[in-house]
Amino acid sequence: MKTSQTANGESFRWPQPETARVPYQVFVDPAIYTREQEQIFRGPVWNYVALDAELPNPGDFKATFIGDTPIVVTRDREGELHAFVNRCAHRGALVCREMRGNRNTHVCAYHQWSYDLRGQLIGVPFRRGIEGKGGYPADFDPTTISLSQLRVATYNGVVFASFAQEVEPIEDYLGPTQQPWFTRVFNRPVRVLGYGRQFIRANWKLYAENTRDPYHASLLHLFHTTFGIYRSSQGGGVIMDDTGRHSMIRAFKRTEIAERAAYETTALRTYQKGYTLADPSLLQSRKEFEVELTNSIHSIFPCLVIQQIFHTLATRHILPKGPDSFELLFTFFCYADDDEDMLQKRIKQANLVGPAGYISMEDGYAAEIVQQAIVRDQDACSFLELGGVEASNVEDLVNEAAVRGFWQYYRHIMDF
Amino acid sequence: MNAREIRDAVEELQYAYVHCIDDDRLEEWPEFFTEHCLYKVVPRENADQNLPIALMYCDSRGMLQDRVVAHRAANLYAPHYYRHMVSAIRIVGRDPAEISAQTNYTVFRTMADPIHYGETELYSTGKYLDMIVFEDSQARFREKVVIADTCKIQSLLVTPL
Ligand code: FES
Ligand SMILES: [Fe+2]
Repeated sequence: MKTSQTANGESFRWPQPETARVPYQVFVDPAIYTREQEQIFRGPVWNYVALDAELPNPGDFKATFIGDTPIVVTRDREGELHAFVNRCAHRGALVCREMRGNRNTHVCAYHQWSYDLRGQLIGVPFRRGIEGKGGYPADFDPTTISLSQLRVATYNGVVFASFAQEVEPIEDYLGPTQQPWFTRVFNRPVRVLGYGRQFIRANWKLYAENTRDPYHASLLHLFHTTFGIYRSSQGGGVIMDDTGRHSMIRAFKRTEIAERAAYETTALRTYQKGYTLADPSLLQSRKEFEVELTNSIHSIFPCLVIQQIFHTLATRHILPKGPDSFELLFTFFCYADDDEDMLQKRIKQANLVGPAGYISMEDGYAAEIVQQAIVRDQDACSFLELGGVEASNVEDLVNEAAVRGFWQYYRHIMDF
Repeated sequence: MNAREIRDAVEELQYAYVHCIDDDRLEEWPEFFTEHCLYKVVPRENADQNLPIALMYCDSRGMLQDRVVAHRAANLYAPHYYRHMVSAIRIVGRDPAEISAQTNYTVFRTMADPIHYGETELYSTGKYLDMIVFEDSQARFREKVVIADTCKIQSLLVTPL
């Protein structure tokens, strides 16, 4: 067992068995939150920042965050993508003050230092002063000054950025186990259909756990069972990379008979209500993917989730806002070559996910009710033994293996 | 109907609509719409960029009923109450067959869960863009598009706006 220091110097000890316990302190401690900003978000990871399709033209930009650091993603004249910290090199003001748009240069409002699309300083007002008075010293060299620049990588239309000088190429970061699933969804150009934002009063890692937890799907989300739509909760599995940080959860339809039997034998509080959808057009679907899945929830460490639920396609971006809150940003998309029928299906099925999603609204709420209950007793811990204590791939969905995988890598990167 | 009568009918419809939700009579909520209708809640972020995704998207009264059943029986959320304020009701088009109106709304949400019991927050503000028709002298929404300025939803959206 390892004893580590948190940022405020207190000793911190992960409880035993360490693969299957998580101390509640990690969800509330401001010192641990600060350490995460350094060791995870500014550490050797690729952070999701945008879809390529959000910045199609030279000059396009998007303001977003890595961890809680504001950043800007831009596309230059040559079509190259760049990312930099949104903080002026002069005295620290937010340079880009809009969410998105198109500009040739980014000019700080405070004293009008101006930057090119790579974040390089290109203009400084009153550099020589006025009438020989004031101004910068003769050795002041603007070419040595820039906004803090990040590394950028694009993988199949998804844009990532990293603070780290040493991080493997994005292909290796995803690894051979995750690439095929990533490519299954991002198999051709996409178009953004809209955004959905939620502000959740809970620690971001409670949501990271949620998307790696297939156990809750048919228990927390009662939509399918209430309406007698036999949920494909029992067929599927979990595929992680070797570190455990990424996880791909796939659910496929079992036969209705097998599914009904699974529900009847487990006597859940659900399934028996006798409701049916008054308008079943919501769930109409047609074959779309080579590998047909009703749900695929693909979590890429630290803060990206790629989802396909029926015909809805979206990225979910988890944006930490302090130890006890995060924003969840859904970016819905379609394929650029979708026909009208498919587009309408995606728009209608967006009812299933997002802030008002029939089968997703509860996820943030679940994180909140955990946060509300763990304010004290921070050395108490959660119990993660569903399916054992290992973090290895499984061919079932009644398992917390991927949650254990997340914490295994978290302990590693945090040095806990 | 003359202009005054139309205005009265539209105001009465808006007020009846918000009282229905605020008094938690959601089972009556679909009755404010025509059988073939469109109800959607669109974050202003999407509306401003002409992006089609809505948070709730119901294109039939049946879909509205399904939202109510899910609200009562399927979805889980912290118990809460809404209080709508509607103002600046403006009739913007007066095709005799179909009245179009624009109205501001604000919703305060009061929590009834043990952690935040009795706390009220400003939950959502924005505007209604409505198309209203008369069926047997009853005014109904053929279309109600809620453009929510508040595009960052506090926790979740389950009760209609
Ligand atoms: S802080 Fe940006 S120009 Fe002064
Ligand atoms: Fe969920």
